[in-house]
Amino acid sequence: MNSLKLDENQLIENFEAKLAKNEMIEPKDWMPAQYRKHLIRQISQHAHSEIIGMQPEGNWITRAPSMRRKMVLLAKVQDEAGHGLYLYSAAESMGISREEMLDQLHTGAAKYSSIFNYPTLTWADMGAIGWLVDGAAIMNQVMLQRTSYGPYARAMVRICKEESFHQRQGYEIMNVLATGSVEQKEMAQDALNRWWWPSLMMFGPRDEESPNSEQAIKWKIKRETNDQLRQRFVNQTVSQVEKIGLVVPDKAIKWNEAKNEYDFGEINWDEFWTVVKGNGPCNKVRIANKIKSHEEGAWVREAANAHAEKNNKTKAA
Amino acid sequence: MNSQASLFQYILKIADNQLILGHRLSEQCSKGPFLEEDIACSNIALDLIGAANSLYIYAAAIEGENKTEDDLVFLRSERAFRNVLLVEQPNTDFAYIMCRQFLFDTYDYFFQLALQKSKDETLAAIAAKTIKESTYHLRHSGNWIIRLGDGTAESNTRLKAAFTNLWCYVEELFEQDAAELDLVAQGIAVDTQLIKSQFNSHIAEIMQTAGMEIPTGIFMQSGGKKGVHTEYLGFLLAEMQSVHRSFPGVKW
Amino acid sequence: MNDSQGILWEVFIQSKPGQPHKHAGSVHAHDNEMALQNARDLYCRRSEGTNLWVVPASEIVASSPEDIGSFFEPSNDKVYRHPTFYSVPEGITHM
Ligand SMILES: [Fe+2]
Ligand SMILES: [Fe+2]
Repeated sequence: MNSLKLDENQLIENFEAKLAKNEMIEPKDWMPAQYRKHLIRQISQHAHSEIIGMQPEGNWITRAPSMRRKMVLLAKVQDEAGHGLYLYSAAESMGISREEMLDQLHTGAAKYSSIFNYPTLTWADMGAIGWLVDGAAIMNQVMLQRTSYGPYARAMVRICKEESFHQRQGYEIMNVLATGSVEQKEMAQDALNRWWWPSLMMFGPRDEESPNSEQAIKWKIKRETNDQLRQRFVNQTVSQVEKIGLVVPDKAIKWNEAKNEYDFGEINWDEFWTVVKGNGPCNKVRIANKIKSHEEGAWVREAANAHAEKNNKTKAA
Repeated sequence: MNSQASLFQYILKIADNQLILGHRLSEQCSKGPFLEEDIACSNIALDLIGAANSLYIYAAAIEGENKTEDDLVFLRSERAFRNVLLVEQPNTDFAYIMCRQFLFDTYDYFFQLALQKSKDETLAAIAAKTIKESTYHLRHSGNWIIRLGDGTAESNTRLKAAFTNLWCYVEELFEQDAAELDLVAQGIAVDTQLIKSQFNSHIAEIMQTAGMEIPTGIFMQSGGKKGVHTEYLGFLLAEMQSVHRSFPGVKW
Repeated sequence: MNDSQGILWEVFIQSKPGQPHKHAGSVHAHDNEMALQNARDLYCRRSEGTNLWVVPASEIVASSPEDIGSFFEPSNDKVYRHPTFYSVPEGITHM
């Protein structure tokens, strides 16, 4: 087989030719080490986000105010667990184990989306999260369905299919609250006020401050920039806010006829970096919870291993 | 009690079991020992809450007071809940969770099997749907009992503790009051005395495979079916009903 | 190997009776039965299936990307394996 080995230049050329033809890169294909590294980081962070993202909403499953809402929320949070799982599997196909990824999450070596470091304070937050947070995530994930790495793209296709009800159920909650009693409407507006800006932050730093972005676009991992996606999100969300009689918490928001898009105010980038660096209101508690359930589950996993090993031995004997 | 009133109470007993157990499991969402098991437990919680929901809708119709399923869930207080004590017990550890599931799943499997033959067509139809879920739940928890019993010294010890501490709630599963016996006579309610031996033999079979002994000399507790609960239920309901009760009469 | 997350399994779902099983994704599990149940809970939450296969990922033998040429291209020029290669007289149907 060795005689058939291609040299590095040839391999890079083949790899780039594939990208140029919009062909997917598959796990066993040759790929540059940097491409692999970039994707392992991105996919595992994406997986961690789905998993940590279960907490702020999981927080309200036991308090959901109707049976319908309770079932929907539980199904939604369970979906997010599934998304985490699809993504961990996609990352595993690049040669990192789930165990390693969890370790990186627990030690703080790996990041996850900062949005989940904000607290969920009222029931309306379930509406705001489904509508805005899932809405912003979907924007990104729709793009990633065409990402260049096959297993990641396929996970995204499945995830996007499942996401379709997440945003709707959130908007439905907000709509009912916004058109309900005075207190309910206040609750809805308060949730919108707290989640609007963090949702815009989900798209990441501005393009000029996002050094990895350019390479990711060259490799066709990303197909659009942070600012492009953020702008599209604002464009489509403003009318949804107005439709249910709420107000966008941004005085600068204004339709720009010439550009055919909304102008909007500047994100508080200090806050953005504070949360990214681990000092958001819930960074510590989210990770502490995750570590706690992981550690409390250790004896269960050991028992399952031990039982499987005993079974294998009896089969082999 | 007239027969509509006793049917109403009977449906509540079934529904409250499913709801409270589903609620307990839903508390575990995002806290599972590993991701796949987290998803499995949420699935089971969803099945249970879904089954409860169908039953509450039916109960509300039988009661005939223009109430909704949500009124029954969010506006009854502790003494009006009819679930057995077993299902309200807390999630002490994964062994307790699986032991509680296994005891209830075994009961529920034979119960739903029998309820399919109820002369009450709605109950029979709900049971026909539920039995598919119960079958799966029992397979899931039964497998875990075997894994934990056989697994490591620690898992065996923990499981033994769970069985020892939860066993006192087994007898109540089969308790029947006069109103329920009346419904049994009419062919509507399940005669739980008739499913007891099936329950016992399935439990014995799985526990034996798991290397567990059936606890003996345990004093049996009861009261849930009469609305006399353990202290755990009050907190569960306080949490579950908090949002709904803070804003009376609004839509969600 | 069998780390504390269990081993990796590949999941194949038959969506309708009579259809072939298609790869759906992967799960972690410690034993056969758990793999089957986890696959069901993960990939069949929206009535996606009628039958499931799970296979330990390590048991799958896959061809390599370098094999593309030698494995798959030789069949490209065997046009005589396709019915359109043959001519039949005008008016012949059902063949
Ligand atoms: Fe998701
Ligand atoms: Fe989502």
